Amino acid sequence: MGHATSEAGHGQVEHGAHGAQGEHGAHGEHGGGHGEHHGFSHPMPIWMLLSVFFALLGLTGLTVFQAQFDLGNAEIWLSLTIATVKAALVILFFMHLLWDKPLNAIIILSSLIFVALFLGFTLMDAEGYREKLIYRSTVKASQPGALGTEIDE
Amino acid sequence: MTAIQDTAPHTDHAHDDHHHDHPSWLAHHFDDAEQQYDSGKLGMWLFLVTEVLFFSGMFCAYALYRNRNPEVFEFCSSFLNEKLGAINTGVLLFSSLTMAWAVRASQLRQHTLLVGMLAATLACAAMFLGVKSVEYSHKWELGLLPGKFYVAQLGGHHGDPKGYLESLCVVPMILTVLSALYYVYSWVVNSSFHKQVAGPLLVAGLCFFVGVFLGQTLEAEAADSHAGEHAGHADHHMVQGHVDHASHDHAAAEHADHPADGAAMPVVAASAGEDVKVMKEQLATPDADVNQKSMAGLFFSIYYCMTGVHAIHILGGMAVITWLIVKAARKEFHEQYFGPVDNVGLYWHLVDFIWIYLFPLLYLIT
Repeated sequence: MGHATSEAGHGQVEHGAHGAQGEHGAHGEHGGGHGEHHGFSHPMPIWMLLSVFFALLGLTGLTVFQAQFDLGNAEIWLSLTIATVKAALVILFFMHLLWDKPLNAIIILSSLIFVALFLGFTLMDAEGYREKLIYRSTVKASQPGALGTEIDE
Repeated sequence: MTAIQDTAPHTDHAHDDHHHDHPSWLAHHFDDAEQQYDSGKLGMWLFLVTEVLFFSGMFCAYALYRNRNPEVFEFCSSFLNEKLGAINTGVLLFSSLTMAWAVRASQLRQHTLLVGMLAATLACAAMFLGVKSVEYSHKWELGLLPGKFYVAQLGGHHGDPKGYLESLCVVPMILTVLSALYYVYSWVVNSSFHKQVAGPLLVAGLCFFVGVFLGQTLEAEAADSHAGEHAGHADHHMVQGHVDHASHDHAAAEHADHPADGAAMPVVAASAGEDVKVMKEQLATPDADVNQKSMAGLFFSIYYCMTGVHAIHILGGMAVITWLIVKAARKEFHEQYFGPVDNVGLYWHLVDFIWIYLFPLLYLIT
């Protein structure tokens, strides 16, 4: 996708570089069009911007609505899922990643992979540590007075 | 990728003697507009990667602490006004819409619309900060401060005005007055450029106070409905404080800053035979245990850190959007040169992106 538009863009680039006024005139004829008439730029259609916005508002309403119910453990995952859908809408449409160069998509997705590694490994470590901590607290508690200082490190 | 595509045009340009008549918007070290745009955008995405990783450190602190002390989050989240959070989410989403629309306007040479869209984005940012100021000052009045500064006495002197909000409003007030003067000046000299810059600045300044007003109205509403509930919390604290300490097995999170700890110790030992699971269930309820520096204080450290750094990003965004408004008022953007608008847009959407996660994670815990 990005390949095709950039190829189409090149003709415009040379044209534009030599005379921006001529470009302006050409634009006037195709005003409001989509894609190749604007060089390498890719104006988002207004209906798409508006529908993404209203989808985001709807999802915000949904996440506020679901917060009223006590869903226990599922709650955090549900709200995170909704947040991720919203984040995906923002990245793909508002940030234009859907039409962007694949390299940029790889870059931002790789950061998300590193975040997942970061959080995942830290939580795995914390999980392991927590069991040890509870085990120690029950053992130490059998020796009166030792609890507060031993565990708190 | 781009490099390969660019080789052919590059040799052409060399024949055309292209490098000597670069347009003003094309930096000298770029072959053409698209190369300039792609390079800028690549740099912006790399910057956003560092931003994502930077924020992920704070999300990591959040995840660790919530994973370990979910009861602290349940307790503290009740002090965050859900309505204000939801309004701010809506405001930020709307500002994202106007920012994306601004990119479109810049590509289509719709100069006046571009200034309008950037102005709307700036105004939304200011309104967000207005609401945020009300939230912060309200918490400071209650003593809901980070870490060792946490001094919340629930149900005590509830929300005595201490002038925090007024001091937060001083700088915006000065900036708004200056923008108003600038706006008057722009009409005096009757310059459309100055009008297009001063107008958005004035609107943004006023929107800050719209946000403050909105936040105060909703916060007062919430304070009325919660007043009884908090008084109840206080009673619970007074009567059950020491008993709750006894059933508290999370000695790790219970720092020695509480003088009652020494006295409660033997009782902890006596209940040591209990099953770990039972103790964990007991932990899920006691408010009095949670309402102290080492528990709720730590939550508010995380809260202020995350929302504060986010607010600093909003301020940074406002600065660059103001710069864009100046450039847009000079009609500098067109389909060959809209990189600045696009890249600021990417940054602005990332700020929105972070808030999309902050809102449910901080405000919507039941």
